[in-house]
Formats: sequence, structure tokens, C-alpha cells
Amino acid sequence: MDLLPILATLKRHKTAAGLIVLQVGLTCAIVCNALFLIMQRLDRIDEPSGMADQELVAISTTGVGPSQNPEAQTREDLQALRAVPGVQHVSVINQVPYGGQLSMSSLRLVQDENAPGVSAAAYNGSEQWLQTLGLKLVAGRDFEAGEYVDDGAFSADPDSKLAALVINRALAERLFPGLDPIGQQVYGLGSGPTRIVGVVERLISPHPGGNEEMNRYSMVMPVRQSFRGGAYLLRCAAADRDRVLKAGIAALDKTGPGRILREQKTLSELRAAYYATDRNMVLLLVGVCLALMVVTAFGIVGLASFWVQQRTRMIGTRRALGATRGQILRYFQAENFLLSGLGIVLGMAAAYGISLLLMQNYEMPRLPWSYLPVGALVLCALGQLAVLAPARRAAALPPVAALRS
Amino acid sequence: MFAYYLDLALRSFRSHPVLTGLMVLALGLGIGACMTTLTVFHVLSADPLPGRSQHLYQVQLDAGQLAYYRPGAEPEEQLTRFDAQALLAEAQAPQQAMMTGGQVILQGPDEQLEPRSSDVRYTSADFFAMFGLPFQYGGPWSAADDASHARQVVISRELNEAMFGGGNSVGKTLRVQDTEMRVVGVLGAWRLTPHFYDLNTGDYGQTEGLYLPFSTSRELELPRSGTMNCWGNEHIPDATAPNAPCVWIQYWVRLPDAGAVQRYRDYLNAYSERQRGAGRFERPPNVRLRNVPEWLAFKQVVPGDVRLQLWLALGFLVVCLTNTVGLLLAKCLRAAPQIGVRRALGASRRAIFAQFLVEALAIGLAGGLLGLLLAWLGLLGVRHNPASYAELARLDLPMLAAALAVSLLASLAAGLLPAWRAAQVAPALQLKSQ
Repeated sequence: MDLLPILATLKRHKTAAGLIVLQVGLTCAIVCNALFLIMQRLDRIDEPSGMADQELVAISTTGVGPSQNPEAQTREDLQALRAVPGVQHVSVINQVPYGGQLSMSSLRLVQDENAPGVSAAAYNGSEQWLQTLGLKLVAGRDFEAGEYVDDGAFSADPDSKLAALVINRALAERLFPGLDPIGQQVYGLGSGPTRIVGVVERLISPHPGGNEEMNRYSMVMPVRQSFRGGAYLLRCAAADRDRVLKAGIAALDKTGPGRILREQKTLSELRAAYYATDRNMVLLLVGVCLALMVVTAFGIVGLASFWVQQRTRMIGTRRALGATRGQILRYFQAENFLLSGLGIVLGMAAAYGISLLLMQNYEMPRLPWSYLPVGALVLCALGQLAVLAPARRAAALPPVAALRS
Repeated sequence: MFAYYLDLALRSFRSHPVLTGLMVLALGLGIGACMTTLTVFHVLSADPLPGRSQHLYQVQLDAGQLAYYRPGAEPEEQLTRFDAQALLAEAQAPQQAMMTGGQVILQGPDEQLEPRSSDVRYTSADFFAMFGLPFQYGGPWSAADDASHARQVVISRELNEAMFGGGNSVGKTLRVQDTEMRVVGVLGAWRLTPHFYDLNTGDYGQTEGLYLPFSTSRELELPRSGTMNCWGNEHIPDATAPNAPCVWIQYWVRLPDAGAVQRYRDYLNAYSERQRGAGRFERPPNVRLRNVPEWLAFKQVVPGDVRLQLWLALGFLVVCLTNTVGLLLAKCLRAAPQIGVRRALGASRRAIFAQFLVEALAIGLAGGLLGLLLAWLGLLGVRHNPASYAELARLDLPMLAAALAVSLLASLAAGLLPAWRAAQVAPALQLKSQ
């Protein structure tokens, strides 16, 4: 394929050629960054919680007036909920993942209260929390019966101590890199040291998805929350969830009438609602990418058709001089390849520039290099696809076309 | 002349319907995307209290520990209860209010009705006059009521509808967390967007249904919500106690002019020094006074996604415009023989230029109308979003005008280059090659 004639022709159409290059470049730059944004959002949405999402139901209630004995009421509630047919495990926790609340605490490795700490999401779990949440214990053990304390007593007493703690693997690796976390002591919960007794593989923060380091760390304390500040989590078979939710609400109505339900949802619903804006953003970005590519493709079709029409005489002459249909086809394809290639090179530079701007203004990570060839390939394919119809029309022109026009 | 150019443009559209359609579609898509995102941005970044917001200032003091002190660092965004009550008692601004949010259970006089939960604001008497809340019936409580922990509430129009079926409910009672309180005021239509005085309890969501004195809320230990930061090494049995080292109160003042702002800033610095002298503050004075626009900018209250979408749409519009320039250029050059004839018959370059600009404007107008339709559809989609601001996204008259202006400007910009190229066509060359 001889490129020189193509370059000579393009030189005479600098403006139109420049416009195609510009358009391909801009599209390439935007599509690269949009693809990266889409992948980031998808990663966020897909982050596993570590829990049995499909088998959990959350119910939280609140009393109308001051409750005389919230702890006793909570025990009664738990008993009633355990009796609901289909319920496998029940526990009360202080914050539901993807829910509205967020409670965090800071852990230190030394007694000194001015030493820097590591912040982590602080879950309070009552008996059966491990089986209810469905977390995977990778080291150590669950809490023992004697280690649980009531939240009311724990918070009110300045000398209260917490005996045991379970942390997630990310926090274990952050606090004790290269060491066995089981048996290690941490400070910051209550007044004395707390011993780490177990590590779960995964436990998501109640507000996952932020960029901060602390969003990856979480811990579970053997603290029995009362119904006032907590939520009941019920685990049952996925198919039973709706029925269990209704039966659970009815059971709570019987043990403590006159309370108001603050939230009653399956965990899958909470999760879907939590990520709804991210899903919308993904759809929007996909839509914009598609629209951009369609518009660019039509721009290429329009200009290529114009060129084919304008060069009818040239094409006819070449055909009369012995050029095959394939050679004419390849001429227009090569021309488009040259223009798209130039656009893509400029576009990749622009993509990088946009990425730098996004990093500065939106705390986004840098665009990985691997997205640039993907964008280039997409735009190149798009250009070839768009030019195919005009190029075939050009190739179909009979040699006499040169004489007719 | 204009009518003739328009006629020529219409003829040209008829002879190239596909090309014209593509240009209108591209412009329409670009303008529709831009107008959708611009409208959302415009709604979210609008002044929540026009004419009033630049005189309302949020107060920040630095009450933290010396241990983590970095000179010049941003102080806490909220105040401790002690400081808020002290500033309120000293009342050095023309108007001031301390406040925090919460959620309570309400029971109306009708025992049959289920108890309901409502967002509540615990605040002080100046709140209503300072933020300019409209009253339908009755009025706010007084500073004396603050001092006496009065069992009085102001309710929103929506809550009045739901609990009392509307009408003048002043003097009626309702039970707040099982304590009987008397309604002293019913608000008119009132929704703050964004909910700037406390961004911790939702930014673009519904405004509170109930308002009651802060002093009353503490006496009754009503539940609170929002962000709370505590520090220190001692165990804090009750973080809402007057002397707890915890910040959880928002404090706003109205300062009418620059002089008042300076005086109040001096006063806050002096207050900080006094507290330091008394051993309460460990850090040197470090105060902030931001008015509402500054506060909203500092808090970056317009969601990052919305700003990102705006940039994305602008990029899309630029690509659509480039596309339109290319296609218009192709169309103009294709018309070169006709241009040659017109020029030979005496049309000036200026006339050719005007003719093609009119053609571009006509395409721009059609694209703009299509864009408006698409923006209307786009906003319909935005309103079905789960985001808290979704229902606010509506086209208003200024945005409508802006849409048309943008589309005409855009098409004018797109038409300049092709029209100029058309005007450069040499008549002799064209006539010779025919």
C-alpha cells in the first residue's frame, strides 16, 4: 500500500481531515476516562461484604417513651424472634452494613493515650453474631459466653474492660504485619487492654466505598446492644426472607407493643439501595460512551461519503488504469486508519491530561496505562467500521465514472 | 435578504435530508446532555436564601487538645455545648442561634393515629427570624421560653397537615417522646436546598417537621443525630453533657456588614483567649467565620458526581460540535458549484458568508429544540434517581432561555468556519470545472 498519494490528497483537505482527527482524539480521551470510571464503580458495587447477604433480614425499632429496662426487653425480643419458624440465627448489632449509621473506634498498640491509633468500623455483636452474619473465621475463635457485656453497663462505667475482640483480616494485617494476630493486645476499647481472639476473612464497613484507608478496617466487640440503639439481624433461607420479615415484625409487636419500626428490609435491598447512585452513574457513563461513538462514527461516514463523491473522477481514472476494487477499498481504509491513528495518539495524550485533572479535583486514582490501548483499539475499530460503507461505495464505482462526471 | 437565505437553507436541507438530520441529531444530543446536567447543577448550586445568605455566618472555634495541634489547621466544624451556650448567653451578634438535629416519635391528640417519627431541630429563639422561616399561624417561641425550657414546638406545614389535618393548630398539643408539648407556630411552605445549617443530617432532603427549644431537648434527653466528635483521655459517660469535650452543635449568626463581621471575629478571638486563660482551651485562638456561599463551597456540597456529569456533558457537546463543523463543511464544499454561480451573478463574499451562517443557525435552532426535548426527557430520568436531590431537577425559565441561547451560540460557532470557507470559493475555478 503506497501511503504517499493518500498523504498528498489529505494535504489538500487539511480542515476536514483535521476535524476528523480532533473528533476521534476527543472521543478517545473521554472514552478512556469514562471506561476507567465505569470499572471503578463496578468494583465498588461488587465489593463482597463477607456476609450472607442473600439470607439476612434487618429490623430496627424504637420506643415511644423512655423504656424501663431495654436490656430485658431486648432479651425477650430475641427469644421471640428465635421462635419464628424459618429463622436460623438471630443477633442484635449496633450498625447494619449499608444502613444509615456509622460507628468507629480507634485502636492503639500501646497503653499511651496520645499514641497514634488506627480507626476501624466498630460493630457490637451479641451472641450468635458470627453465625447470623455468616462471616468466615480464618483464625482463632468466636467469643465465649462469659466475654459478652451489656452495652448499657459497658458505656456507663468508666472502668469497664473488654476482654475479647474479633477483627477483619485487613485490620489484622495493618496492626500486626507478619505476626500472628491471635492473642495480641490492643488498647482503646474500655479502660484496659483487649485481647484479639479471632480474625474473620472479610467484614465490610457500614459505609463502604470511600477512598480512606479506614474504610477497609472493621472489628466486632462482644457487646450486647439493646434494641434502642441496635438492629435485629435474622438469618433464614433466601426464599423465606419476606415471610420471616413479616413474622418477625409481628413477633416484636407482641413482645413490646407500641414501638415504631425504623427500618425493616432484607440486606440485599439495603445493598441495592446503597449502590443505586453508582449503578445509575455506570448506566449514564455507558450511555455517554455509546452516544459519543455513534456521533463520531456518523461524522466519519459523512465526511468519507463527501470525499468519495468529490473524488469520483480520480477513482474512475485509477480503475481505468487497472486498479482493482480491493485497491480502491483499501485506499479509503488506509486513509481512515491514518486519520484515526493520528487522532488516537492525540487522544491518548488528552486522556492522560484529563486523568490528571480528575486526580486533582475528584481524588481519583491515576488512569492505568492499560486503558489507553483499549481506547485506541475501540476507536480504530469504530473508524474502520464507519468508513466501510463509503469505501465500498467508492470501490463499486465503474471506471467510466471518470468520464461521466 | 434573510428570508431568501432561509429559503436557500430549507432547499439545501431538502436536498440533503440525511446529512441535515445527522447534524440536527448530533447538536440535539449534545445540547440535551448539557442542559440536563446544567439544570441539575444549577438547582443544586443555587443560593438557598437569596438576599440573606451572605449575611449568615457559621461559627467555628478551636477547642481541641494540644496533643494533635497543627498551627493553621481547620478547626472543628461544630461547637461544644459549653461554647455554644456561652456565645448564646453573651449574644454579641444581632441574631444568633445554636442548634442540632434529632429524630423523635410523635403522637397526636387522636389516639387512633399510629405514632409517627419526625426529624426535629433543637434550636434557640432567633433561629426563625434569622433564617427567615415563614409562619402560616402563630410565631416562634421567645428567648424567655428558651430559658424556661418551655414545652413548646413549631411545626412544619406538612406535619400540620398530617397530624392535625391542616388549619390553625396554634394552642393544640402533641406528645414528643411521651412529653406533652404545645404548638406555638405553624410554618408556611419552607424547604431549604441545600440544608446548609446542618449538612450532617442530609443535604438536599426534606427539611425538619418539628422545631423545639434546645434547652427543653436536653432537659428531656431527647435523641439527637448528626456528627459528634469527642476527644480527651477521660471516659465520657454522657457526650451531650454541658462540659463534655465533644463538638456536636451548629452555631449561626447574622452579621449585617463587614464591620460587624470584623467585630464579631475579634470577639471570638477574645473569647478563645479567655477560655484559654481559664484552662478550657489548650490551643491558640483559631476561629472561622464563613457565610453561606463560602460554607457551601468549603463543604463541596454539590455532589462530585454531578460536577463530573457536567464536565462529561460539556465534552460530549464539544465532540458533537466538531462533528457538526465537519458535516457543515462537507455540505458547503459540495455546494461549491452553486456558490460559483451566485458569486458570478454578483453576490458578494459577505452575502455568501451570511447565507451559510443563516443555514447553520437554522440547524442550530432545530438542534436546540430537539435538545430541549431531550433535556426534558433527561430530567424526567434524573427525577427517577434515588438521589436526595432528584425531585428538585426541573427546567425553569432561565434554563429554558439558556438552552436556546447555548444552541444558537454553538451553531453559530460551528457555522463560522464552513461559511468562511464557502465565501472563499473562487467563482472562475468553479465555473470552469463545470
